Amino acid sequence: MTSLDKASFYFPKRHLLTCEGLSAREINSLLDLADKAADQNRQINKKREILRGRTLINLFFENSTRTQASFELAGKRLGADVMNMNVSTSSVQKGESLIDTAMTLNAMRPDMIVVRHHAAGAVELLSQKVDCSVINAGDGAHEHPTQALLDALTIRRAKGRVAGLTVAICGDILHSRVARSNIYVLNALGARVRLVAPSTLLPTGIERLGAEVYTDMWKGIAGCDIVMMLRLQRERMQGNYVPSTREYYHFFGLDQEKLALAKPDALIMHPGPMNRGVEIASPIADHSRSVIRDQVEMGVAVRMAVLEALALNLPNH
Amino acid sequence: MKKPSTPAPAPKGTVFINARLIDPASARDEPGGVLVHDGLIADLGGHLRRNAPDGTDVVDCQGHVLCPGLIDCQVFTGDPGQEHRETLKTASFAAAAGGVTTIVCMPDTEPVIDQVALVDYVQRRARERAIVNVHIMGAVTKGLKGEELAEIGLLQRAGAVAFTNGKSSIASTRVMRNALLYSKDFGALIVHHTEDPYLTPGAAMNSGEVATRLGLPSVHRMAEVIVVERDVRLVEITGGRYHAATLSCRESLDVIRAAKAKKLPVSCGVSINHLTLNENDIGPYRTFFRIRPPLRAEEDRAAMVRGIASGDIDVIVSSHDPQDADDKRRPFAEAADGAIGLETLLPAALRLFHSDEVGLMSLLRALTINPAKLLGLKSGRLDKGAPADLTLFDLNTPWVVDRDLLRSRSKNSPFDEQRIQGRVLRTVVAGETVYQYGVDLRT
Repeated sequence: MTSLDKASFYFPKRHLLTCEGLSAREINSLLDLADKAADQNRQINKKREILRGRTLINLFFENSTRTQASFELAGKRLGADVMNMNVSTSSVQKGESLIDTAMTLNAMRPDMIVVRHHAAGAVELLSQKVDCSVINAGDGAHEHPTQALLDALTIRRAKGRVAGLTVAICGDILHSRVARSNIYVLNALGARVRLVAPSTLLPTGIERLGAEVYTDMWKGIAGCDIVMMLRLQRERMQGNYVPSTREYYHFFGLDQEKLALAKPDALIMHPGPMNRGVEIASPIADHSRSVIRDQVEMGVAVRMAVLEALALNLPNH
Repeated sequence: MKKPSTPAPAPKGTVFINARLIDPASARDEPGGVLVHDGLIADLGGHLRRNAPDGTDVVDCQGHVLCPGLIDCQVFTGDPGQEHRETLKTASFAAAAGGVTTIVCMPDTEPVIDQVALVDYVQRRARERAIVNVHIMGAVTKGLKGEELAEIGLLQRAGAVAFTNGKSSIASTRVMRNALLYSKDFGALIVHHTEDPYLTPGAAMNSGEVATRLGLPSVHRMAEVIVVERDVRLVEITGGRYHAATLSCRESLDVIRAAKAKKLPVSCGVSINHLTLNENDIGPYRTFFRIRPPLRAEEDRAAMVRGIASGDIDVIVSSHDPQDADDKRRPFAEAADGAIGLETLLPAALRLFHSDEVGLMSLLRALTINPAKLLGLKSGRLDKGAPADLTLFDLNTPWVVDRDLLRSRSKNSPFDEQRIQGRVLRTVVAGETVYQYGVDLRT
């Protein structure tokens, strides 16, 4: 019934809250599982029964279209009952605390909760108060583990490996949970990570997490295998962190000229949603080497793998 | 108040015999005793070590340390306005249990203590309910908004011992200058929280690798140094008395040290948290370690400890700041700042003694005579005629803090479940025992 290879599979965790500390073996276990899920997802019958009888709650305190849809689809394809908690209609708007919300949901006996929250550490806090598995779908500027895993899977499938590759992550590193999770996963898998951003968008001490820092994109992108662009929130382009969209695009937008400095077979990635013409030129987003849509496809596969792996560690499996 | 010995006809006071007397004001550290009469210290010294004068009640200190009662010049309560967090009464019980005989309450209440009537109100409530001495630090600006000066002269006449903008720094250089200039005419002390109000908003912790890993908005320690440097320049041009409330990094201390070398009327304090904890204690988003200024790096903590040992830092405060569970049980970035500390102040400070970082005399100096001098109080010393505010403590007994057993109404102690060493055995205010370990004195 399950598609995993018991001999090599290793993921002894109850929650997926962070990528910090994940080993290459744990990550590869998930990616191997996700590979199989990706193949399954291309069949006519995409549905399996691994999570039959299980309840998955998608608890999103922050708007998200793609991540929520991706988890919902992942859960349904594995046979779980999936419930989406929409914050705008929930009691959170009436002043209920995060912990009360967690306890209330916990009383409904879910098996897994997927949480996105605008505050770093909120998912960790919630995980301490519930009996089920908790998956971090993004907490503030802390982490977004499934994004980093799907990025690794996308790279691994396109390049055949992750080890030894040079990955340039470009854009708003300061506010990016995607960047932090990627730094941990890519380092664990043996890639070299470069961070490219203006100094106002770089957090203090980020190099200590395992990355080389560049404030000059032309240099930062030179010779790299992967160019991973990050989204820049509109409210951060109006003088607070960078003077204008135009100036940002000039120095940090991915266009043909800068892309030419990367390796000829360099891949273009973006976690979405994209601001075409702000951090990425429109033709580049649709370039033949862009794997942005593959990332979305791998997103469902990775989330299926994560749900399956955590379900194995649930009580009474 | 209960007396331990047999009732004698009209006792001539109480004598504490067989004590190790430590008095930083006179650099005394010797075996001896203290005679207390009519709320004052009537006599003290080696001759009272074993010999109790006739007709006195006798307390045998069994060789433990007897020192002046501690003075904590930064205590936040919720009285008035936020009584669910802490009242003057509950704060005073916590203080007594911590060996603290005098607390200075900050004006960050609802309403803000920026008017004479409010000073009167708090003093009256303290007289009626508190079991330790309560002094008030008045607001230096109306509503603590940092815009218009409060009635510093009238507030001082009503009893305010110093003036502060509470938990916020005055952003306007002009207002700060005028506060120092105007307060100088009254000899009033300005106590300032030093965090740049433009760099600080939204910050949940100290910036650096830890904050970056946790993905938390952070503020650099230089945000503190910037305000301290500005303030010292203003002292230079105004001559006003200035006290930086709670320093947290080496560079700030360098500025204060240089100002003292120039004979400027400046002084500084540090919270017990910044002497004993650092940013790594936050671990997986533990909100009890979220305080203002934020916990810094270990090297900053070490610099603060050296500052106490050298005497460059004048006072240690608990910065007791009760927050209820609902405001702390939140995601770290949204949780309230503050930690309680009255009851653990002394044993936490003794950590520095037990680790050989600071001598006992230096520690107690920053908790007794220095704050007394700063605020013009008669207490804080063992001297004939001084108020009989005394703390008796066991230097060595180890124990584990259980926040549920602490007397503060709020339980946000960063020392919860930590092992500490040293225990307050008895606290005496104006000759009356207000706390005795293992004995319930509440009637």
